[in-house]
Amino acid sequence: MTIKNSLIEIQDLHVYFQIYEGLLKVLNGVDFTVKKGEKVGLIGETGCGKTTTMKAIMRILPMLSTRIPKGKILFDGKDILEMSQKEIQHVRRRNISMVFQDPTAALNPVFKVGDQLMDVIKYSNIDETGESLSDEEIEAQAIQVLKEVALPDPERMLENYPIQLSGGMRQRACMAMALVSARDLLIADEPGTNLDVTIQDQILRLLSELVEAKGTSVILISHALGAVRGLVDRVYVMYAGNMIEVARTDDLFADPLHPYANGLFRAVPKLTGGGIPEGIGGRIPEYLNPPKGCRFFPRCDKAMQICKEKPPFFDVGDAHEVACYLYQE
Amino acid sequence: MTEEIIGVKNLKKYFETSMGTVKAVDGISFSVKYGETFGLVGESGSGKSTTAYTVMGIYAPTDGEINFEGVDLSTGIKKRPKSLKKKIQIVFQDPGSSLNPKRTVKQILELPMRVHGIVERKESKDKVLELLRLVELPDEYLERYPRELGGGEKQIVAIARALATNPSFITLDEPTSALDVSMQAKIINMLIRFQKDLDLSYLFITHNLSLMRNVATRIAIMYLGKICEVASASEFFRNPLHPYTRMLLSSIPVVTKEEEELKPKKITSIGEIPSPVNVPPGCSFHPRCPEKMDICPKDDPMTVKAEKGHTVKCHLYKP
Repeated sequence: MTIKNSLIEIQDLHVYFQIYEGLLKVLNGVDFTVKKGEKVGLIGETGCGKTTTMKAIMRILPMLSTRIPKGKILFDGKDILEMSQKEIQHVRRRNISMVFQDPTAALNPVFKVGDQLMDVIKYSNIDETGESLSDEEIEAQAIQVLKEVALPDPERMLENYPIQLSGGMRQRACMAMALVSARDLLIADEPGTNLDVTIQDQILRLLSELVEAKGTSVILISHALGAVRGLVDRVYVMYAGNMIEVARTDDLFADPLHPYANGLFRAVPKLTGGGIPEGIGGRIPEYLNPPKGCRFFPRCDKAMQICKEKPPFFDVGDAHEVACYLYQE
Repeated sequence: MTEEIIGVKNLKKYFETSMGTVKAVDGISFSVKYGETFGLVGESGSGKSTTAYTVMGIYAPTDGEINFEGVDLSTGIKKRPKSLKKKIQIVFQDPGSSLNPKRTVKQILELPMRVHGIVERKESKDKVLELLRLVELPDEYLERYPRELGGGEKQIVAIARALATNPSFITLDEPTSALDVSMQAKIINMLIRFQKDLDLSYLFITHNLSLMRNVATRIAIMYLGKICEVASASEFFRNPLHPYTRMLLSSIPVVTKEEEELKPKKITSIGEIPSPVNVPPGCSFHPRCPEKMDICPKDDPMTVKAEKGHTVKCHLYKP
């Protein structure tokens, strides 16, 4: 049963990693949907599996250690996990693209920005006959996309090496590269987290304008809750390899229901003052030997007997779903 | 008049590089009063950490005065008596690199106490245990190595180490910016509690204004080595005066509607902080300033007093 209009639909995804000490059970049945043209946020603390989920969509997890015992990732109705190498490369080249957190690590320091960008344009435009655009067309498109991301003097920018750019400019260059090959979905993994607030603000506003103009779907990942608020339609909250709550942005920020989501939102320092409430005690569980059932229950002050079984999503109305037995009808 | 524990006057710290002189800190003055948390906010490259390191004595100042309880500190760390070093401590941003990976928690916490002759070798274990309990870490952490601890726990050990010598002044250089919000909440509350119980004064450095709102008594905003606005925390958010302060405030991502209403409207952030090797003439903020006037690229504005305890460095305000 496929949800109508869905672009990405993850069903019951389990991702494990084999390491020397044993099996790390990281993703534990993730359900996640992005509709066509929709902007979705994904929030959660460090190590909760946000990036792992996204890398699974791109299929760029380390091949040797990754085990995927269960689950499906449907892209336009087709399972990404079942695709051949050639098919997935085609998807990465033309349909889905990712902006990484650290623009300095995402750019190759020994090639000019222009060469890297033009390579991306060339490969994202290869058609069935194996032909791509001409060199002039590629260069024209490169200059066009650099203008779109508001980099000054794009002709000169093509000739620059990444080291000649500031952090904010590098992130813009990375966004340009991602935009040319993201015809359907752009995954932004903490864009601007390393940058100063004024620059982060600029980057996020730009991203929002560009995807709106192009009608691209977006997944915005962040551990900074405020950063996703102004930008996305719907937000997922993740904890220790599970999606625990999903709702429209305004509903979630107004009233987070899951005990973890609630504690997380309360721990954010507010501009209005009033001190900072105590955070959630304990820490994220070890993935080698995670708690059975709800993975939050050892830290949860509302834990019940039933929490030793894994909670499904309970519908609390208005597209708001919570994976917690407190909200069982 | 000794209500201030640290007084900094016209402090300058220049670095000579092959590209020219970097004026990392260029003539700043501020003071930290007893028992308060003085917040220093700015973007990366604004000179916050250089200021902290100069106060600590890690760098010798190029010019200016640093006064600690009436004693001049600007002579540099080598001439600073041990008894003073004991009273001034620091917690760094990244606990992963500020704790020695080859020492156990016990050894890490013991060292400052031994250097300052606070405990004998035999008693040191008790004293370390006392410290661990103070910061609410379990006793068995004594023999652990930093790599066996989580990021937040490492930072708690770093805080315990700073407390080991019974200091009266602690510099906190972005102590929670590498951590998640729930850990941040825990550490901040711990720091606030210690401040009350142990009579500490803090110089708190961060780029996170929302955090500053909740911990600082007074706040200074730094831009390219200069302080552009100082005010008490509540005044600061109610009535921001400097255009840069307003730009910073309008850029903060917030989580509630009430906060949204506090943010200055009609200001969008443009441009980036320029390289400190090549500081713009006049007021260094003028290339990004939405309210730039003819005088701004020519003259560096004076610091003027806008209200009681609220000073601003901008041509928009006349003394």
